[in-house]
Amino acid sequence: MTVTLLDHFERGLDAPICLTWELTYACNLSCTHCLSSSGRRDPRELTTAECMSLIDTFERMQIFYVNIGGGEPTVRSDFWDLVDYATAHHVGVKFSTNGVKITPAIATRLAGSDYVDVQISIDGATAEVNDPIRGSGSFATAIRAMDNLAAAGMRGFKISVVMTRHNIGQLDAFKAIADSYDAQLRITRLRPAGRGASTWHDLHPLPEQQRVLYDWLVANGDHVLTGDSFFHLGAYGDALPGLNLCGAGRVVCLVDPVGDVYACPFAIHEQFLAGNVRGAGGFEAVWRDSELFAELRSPQTGGACTKCSSYDACRGGCMAAKFFTGLPLDGPDPECVKGHGELPLAAVPAGSTPRPSPDHSRAVPITIGRRPDRACDTSPLTAIS
Amino acid sequence: MSTKRLDLGGFDLDCAWELHPSVAVRPERFGALLYHFGTRRLSFLKTPALLDAVQRLDSSESARVALGGAGVSAAETPTYERALAGLAATDMIRRRTAA
Repeated sequence: MTVTLLDHFERGLDAPICLTWELTYACNLSCTHCLSSSGRRDPRELTTAECMSLIDTFERMQIFYVNIGGGEPTVRSDFWDLVDYATAHHVGVKFSTNGVKITPAIATRLAGSDYVDVQISIDGATAEVNDPIRGSGSFATAIRAMDNLAAAGMRGFKISVVMTRHNIGQLDAFKAIADSYDAQLRITRLRPAGRGASTWHDLHPLPEQQRVLYDWLVANGDHVLTGDSFFHLGAYGDALPGLNLCGAGRVVCLVDPVGDVYACPFAIHEQFLAGNVRGAGGFEAVWRDSELFAELRSPQTGGACTKCSSYDACRGGCMAAKFFTGLPLDGPDPECVKGHGELPLAAVPAGSTPRPSPDHSRAVPITIGRRPDRACDTSPLTAIS
Repeated sequence: MSTKRLDLGGFDLDCAWELHPSVAVRPERFGALLYHFGTRRLSFLKTPALLDAVQRLDSSESARVALGGAGVSAAETPTYERALAGLAATDMIRRRTAA
């Protein structure tokens, strides 16, 4: 029976199992590995009414919950209204935040809802490791948010960590932080997408650290969430728990702040753009009829990887990781644990990798007296106190 | 997908069971997806017959009767019993108390 189930997933379902919805490109932080190159709000972002209409579609398609992110979603002034609207329409919400808006009052409100789940992001178990990636003071902000959630009686919230070569050594420390809040640790793979495309080479775990991570997951995997993102490590031995296949366009997708639908959250690039929810037929038509998704759901060739004894375990790895590092999509993953990605990676000419698009990073202010040319060039936080 | 730790726990095929009220069911070609809004867990019903049986639980005097109604043969019953036990262990279905 299990084989059949996997086949069904590879051919795609009538609706995503899981959907990521980036609500805004606005963010108070500028994390060096941001998947969506967030910073400034995009003036074309979906309106409140459009967001609610999209939630109606999700309800109709029985998408049980959405993973809301950004940018920093809580800086949208209608964020809490949208959360209430979604849960009233049987669409559960898991949202990722850096914690900036998780005040004691908001924490109390969150603790009172069964249908809302919160993920606080940190990328170091200490400020020394976290802040160089996420920004000065960001660790303290996240801890304050966790303190507020705990004080409000919220249990089981998530602490979300992107694994880098600087924090692999802190796995136990992350777990201890999560345990101290009665929270759950969620660790995910660093992807070379967005701003992460230019920092990936300096941040991704080293080959020997991948082994450490795999062993740690085998030992602790039952109590730690991974979003199934480490399936490329399955080639070390036993497959890790979860759906060990690329779900892009088959069982997952991403809706970005302007309504563009991409195959997955790590593939914000025109090559993986399936359509826009503002088009005829809305999100449903994009999911069901897009040519890109039809192609992703058709039988894939593993290319050079099919000859590898571990192909059944890793299935060639992550499409987005290959794409943004300039590797062919039917070849090995850049972090192939057998080392098959190293030669092709070294052969990619400098400067030839795809440029992530679009880019909403805030410009570094270098000229004196230059005013923002649009209202949304200012910090999204200033208007929302 | 995991085949280990299929503990029948407190599951009894001859008791009355029901779908947990916080669980939503989405039929699929392979069976169905279940989502529990309280525990935020997702489960897969891997055959249409299992979906049929789960949907019959509320109106059947026992899980065994629900399986029979869904056309599950005696030979297949142990497999389906384990599947239902797994759903019970994750609170997707629960014992139905007499109305």
